[in-house]
Amino acid sequence: MSFLRRRKGTDSSKSQNLRCNIVKEDEKNNLYESPRKESYNSKKWSCWDSCCWFIGFVCSVWWFLLLLYNTMPASIPQYVTEAIKGPLTDPPGVKLRKEGLTVNHPVVFVPGIVTGGLELWEGHQCAEGLFRKRLWGGSFGELYKRPLCWAQHMSLDNETGLDPPGIRVRPVSGLVAADYFAAGYFVWAVLIANLAQIGYEEKTMYMAAYDWRLSFQNTEVRDQTLSRIKSNIELMVATNGGKKVVVIPHSMGVLYFLHFMKWVEAPPPMGGGGGSEWCAKHIKAVMNIGGPFLGVPKSVSGLFSVEARDIAIARTFAPGFLDKDVFGLQTFQHLMRMTRTWDSTMSMIPKGGETIWGGLDWSPEGSSFNCGAKTLRNNSINNTDQIPNINLANMKNVNYGRIISFGKDVAEAHSSKIERVDLLDSMKADMLANLTNCDIWIEYHDIGDHRIKAVADYKVYTAGSILDLLHFVSPKLMARGGAHFSYGIADNLDDPKYQHYKYWSNPLETKLPDAPDMEIYSMYGVGIPTERAYVYKVTTATDCSIPFQIDTSAEGGSEDSCLKGGVFSADGDETVPVLSAGLMAAKGWRGKTRFNPSGIPAYIREYSHAPPANLLEGRGTQSGAHVDIMGNFALIEDVIRVAAGATGKELGGDHVYSDIFKWAERINLQL
Amino acid sequence: MASNFLRLRKPYYVESTINCSSSSDQKPVNLSFGINETRNQTKKRQAKEHHGRRSCLDSCCWVTGYLCTTWWLLLFLYHCCLPFTVGHEVPELMPAARLKREGLKGIHPVVLVPGIVTGGLELWEGKPCADGLFRKRLWGGGGFTQLLKRPLCWLEHLSLHNETGLDPPGIRVRPVPGLFGADYSAPGYFVWDVLVKNLAKIGYEGKNLHMAAYDWRLSFQNTEVRDCALSKLKSKIELMYRANGNKKVVVVPHSMGVAYFLHFLKWVETPPPMGGGGGPGWCAEHIKAIVNIGPSFLGVPKAVSNILSAEGKDVAYFRAMAPGVLDSGTLGLRALEHVMRVSRTWDSVVSLMPKGGETIWGNMDWSPEDEHVCEFSKKRYFRFSPSDNNVNNSDAKQVFRVKDPVKYGRIISFGKAASVLHSSQLPTTVLKEILHMSASRNFNSSCGEAWTEYDEMSRESIRKIGAADKAYTATTLFDLLHFVAPKMMNRAEAHFSHGIADNLEDPKYNHYKYWSNPLEMKLPDAPNMEIYCSYGVGIPTERSNVYKLSPSNKCKHIPYQIDTLVDEEDGSCLKSGVYFADGDESVPVLSAGFMCAKGWKGRTRFNPSGINTYVREYQSKPPTSGIKSTAHVDIMGNIALIEDKLRVAAGATGEEIGGDKIYSDILRMSERINLQL
Repeated sequence: MSFLRRRKGTDSSKSQNLRCNIVKEDEKNNLYESPRKESYNSKKWSCWDSCCWFIGFVCSVWWFLLLLYNTMPASIPQYVTEAIKGPLTDPPGVKLRKEGLTVNHPVVFVPGIVTGGLELWEGHQCAEGLFRKRLWGGSFGELYKRPLCWAQHMSLDNETGLDPPGIRVRPVSGLVAADYFAAGYFVWAVLIANLAQIGYEEKTMYMAAYDWRLSFQNTEVRDQTLSRIKSNIELMVATNGGKKVVVIPHSMGVLYFLHFMKWVEAPPPMGGGGGSEWCAKHIKAVMNIGGPFLGVPKSVSGLFSVEARDIAIARTFAPGFLDKDVFGLQTFQHLMRMTRTWDSTMSMIPKGGETIWGGLDWSPEGSSFNCGAKTLRNNSINNTDQIPNINLANMKNVNYGRIISFGKDVAEAHSSKIERVDLLDSMKADMLANLTNCDIWIEYHDIGDHRIKAVADYKVYTAGSILDLLHFVSPKLMARGGAHFSYGIADNLDDPKYQHYKYWSNPLETKLPDAPDMEIYSMYGVGIPTERAYVYKVTTATDCSIPFQIDTSAEGGSEDSCLKGGVFSADGDETVPVLSAGLMAAKGWRGKTRFNPSGIPAYIREYSHAPPANLLEGRGTQSGAHVDIMGNFALIEDVIRVAAGATGKELGGDHVYSDIFKWAERINLQL
Repeated sequence: MASNFLRLRKPYYVESTINCSSSSDQKPVNLSFGINETRNQTKKRQAKEHHGRRSCLDSCCWVTGYLCTTWWLLLFLYHCCLPFTVGHEVPELMPAARLKREGLKGIHPVVLVPGIVTGGLELWEGKPCADGLFRKRLWGGGGFTQLLKRPLCWLEHLSLHNETGLDPPGIRVRPVPGLFGADYSAPGYFVWDVLVKNLAKIGYEGKNLHMAAYDWRLSFQNTEVRDCALSKLKSKIELMYRANGNKKVVVVPHSMGVAYFLHFLKWVETPPPMGGGGGPGWCAEHIKAIVNIGPSFLGVPKAVSNILSAEGKDVAYFRAMAPGVLDSGTLGLRALEHVMRVSRTWDSVVSLMPKGGETIWGNMDWSPEDEHVCEFSKKRYFRFSPSDNNVNNSDAKQVFRVKDPVKYGRIISFGKAASVLHSSQLPTTVLKEILHMSASRNFNSSCGEAWTEYDEMSRESIRKIGAADKAYTATTLFDLLHFVAPKMMNRAEAHFSHGIADNLEDPKYNHYKYWSNPLEMKLPDAPNMEIYCSYGVGIPTERSNVYKLSPSNKCKHIPYQIDTLVDEEDGSCLKSGVYFADGDESVPVLSAGFMCAKGWKGRTRFNPSGINTYVREYQSKPPTSGIKSTAHVDIMGNIALIEDKLRVAAGATGEEIGGDKIYSDILRMSERINLQL
């Protein structure tokens, strides 16, 4: 190298360039050194300066691009999309406006669980400066900044299910409550935008925001939310020339609105005192989107071990990460403690027991769902019958009825071969609370090891015995929830006990209002594997963890198996199985039944799932997923047509892809 | 092998580089040899060369990076330290915290009624130029960034229809509902936020706190016609009354919201279709108290200058200082003309015009404020003692009264002379004559498309009106405005009236256009209700203006402007063409306090059931900002005022919070006003 340098030096000295001579001299000290005229600061230009330079460069480029982006006409992204995909179809709002549809019936949105924003009105010291800032929804920034404080404020009181002392967290009101869940993640925004195209605005649209953590009746007790909804609907009907409202509940909002319809006609003090004609006078149609009428199995795993399929996988991959990271120590325990104070989660425990969800060896879905699911897309009503025939060869009968089983072998064996230890016997057994020194209290710590073992020994739980299980592992939670929700099937709906509000959100224990002109739609996505049953195992971890967890190692044999990662899937919209979303409209309320004495017409509108074709489409315009369906053009078109005055007949009546009618036949429900 | 190769190649490379650099600008020729080390060498060399020329681009990058880093560092530190600093401020900012310790609890539901321009507006349907702004704010919040991005589009969307005063075709702009509507008019600029925070401290939340957002551009009755805003408010109040155990509501209107709520009081008891059909007794049943903040009951003179030349005091200064900027700057061509065109489509502006004519606001030679002293700083000093009463201060006032009283009655005068001379010395040509003369308006077609209504007037008549030595009082003002803005006035006169009723029993007063004028309506029959007039005093407030003809005579120009050159020595009420009187910077004391001090005091014909009224003034104390400010908008953060409101909301009556509290001359002024009661 010395040779090299010397050669260079002499070479450059040949040239008459003065600067190069300077370079030569400097190079003797340091090859990288700057020329002399800046040599006074040349020593600093090593790291710190480079950093500054780099940051400045990145910032400048970023700003420059931002500037370009902002000055670019808004239509360019559309040009790009069109260039790639060919001409875009008009959004339904634009299309229908061209057809001449205009604003007609006022519209009420009822958001579901977790999609509504919550804001802080009063808090502890640690939440200083967050007054009227969103705790739930928006950016969730506070979750990361002060996780424990956040969890504390999001929790409710463990005994009453209402506010803990000194904390008031309230729902955000207005359309902003649930138009976007987080920045850029739409919930109602697309529907709102399309309705606005045909002339809807604030006075004809109303977001019935409520605190989704509370039990339904408690939203009235604490916030008078039901009274507010009643008064707002009355106002909208009055100011729009007597036009009845079209109600669009989504997800848990469906149950909430069922509750509302009973509440509003019940006499005070328990009800709203609207009289027996209120619904007939004020409601044109209830368009339920993705309604978990009969509950969702997901809620069981949520209550049991705070796991959904997605989390379960994360938990196995990185057991240390989720367990130790965000909340300092035990994420799941914190999450469980928080969610277990939310009464509303109990509204979605599967209802109707074994009659609806299937027993040990029987389930309405039987073997008819192809869990490979790829062929299911884009099929029409005609060929649904053929699919089971094609796939029957490689499909076993899945025991969907066993919502929780301990061990894969148990899940697949015939019921006669399973040895079960009766849960009730062990319940009677001496309860030794092992007072461990856990920082975070969850009810599991009060139970004791042998009871946990007893739970595992019972092995299989159906929709009926799942309630016993939950009562067993979390008695306080279920005692609180039992006062607000019921999960059975009514034998005699005229029994005066069914006037209690705890039955109002269970479609199997209430009668629909006397409103023969009203219409009920069940609109939901199909074609996505949806959690239906779980394989569990007992964790071997330390004392302070949750003792059960989904056995993610349980896999079905073939590609098309319904068992994946410890979860049995069935047809649905990723969250709600078809059975829960469609059964009431397919059977329970079809025609004049005891649940529907006035014969309100019920329609099923299914939307087959098609994933977005490319990235530019975002979350897709033909999606059938539980939340993304709110951006499904076909669904939006249906909603707009009804809002503009169409009836279910004019829409085309039922529109079914799944086997819901066949399943409904198999269910032995007295009508 | 490799090193050998390198040694062979290197000299060649270096030579070539040197050659090039010596001949041209030291740009190394990019010769790729496929050898890493050589390339490194090249890079080093390049870097070295860069150092040589680090003068411009690199330095820029370096400086930006340095600034960014420092900024982030400071921001980080600030965020780290914030919790500690906030902790100290809290007790001071929060009168509610103290009151809560006293055991105060929110009992009565509270309804907030925002004023003009403080409510947010958002877009629901727009022209192509507003693509992507659906349900984004156009006014308030981040909305003003759109003003900079697409100014003309923004103005177009904020305008209303020139004939109907409703939406122009294809454009729907709607008020932002709920508490989001007005809590931050612009980021960091609190309007209601402090009050809401304090209310929340004593237990208020969504179910007993409501923000009655309405589109403040529309005339009051049109908010009902288009948005059903009045019906919504009625149903909300009824709901809150029922849902909170039949507790009556406390209403807190601000600025123009005061007039809006007066309108509501009449509307709700009037039978449909014009009214809300609540029936007599509705107000008595549902409303405990109306706590008006900075009320503009009798209008504000500022509104006149706004209509005449789109000028407020602040704008006038600006226009004089930098005539070029506003006239040809931001909006492509002329900002003021654009602003005028837009604001003239807003009917609500007319509701703020001075009401009651010469009886209230004074005529050519007389005004109720005659004894007013303009030395605000000194006056403040003398009137500082809270136990003051009028006797003490009249002495002090004598000292500072230098000469003849200011002729506040002349709200608009052309030329300084016209604002000072005795009325007998003024020329007697009346506006009517001019009107008569130019009955056949020759449309000034040379200007092309008419922008403002000024373009439809002949130059001659403009000059006639603006000829020196003319003055207009609160009564003759309307003739002037009818002349210069006939369309706007015709449209607005269907919605507002500015007179004084002779006989309130006259059935014509059942029409909604009289409902927002306290001098032409009777308060509802609700003897248990209370009305508060809370406002700031001690800040110079525009009371009348000196105008001149605008020098440029071009097309599409506003022909009049405030004569900012007119000035007097220190201690005068006249500054830059504007005569000041006592007030809260926007609303003169006269307008804010007169109804509570006299018009409604006791049982009068305007207040047949004898509703109790209280005047609550808040003295401006230096420094006039922050928690003690009494300026029109800033007063919303005044802790004394907040405390009063909290006490009322918690059930206190006007007597319990101390009855009247007066610093200004409002009582004496009212005495001088000869209004039949």
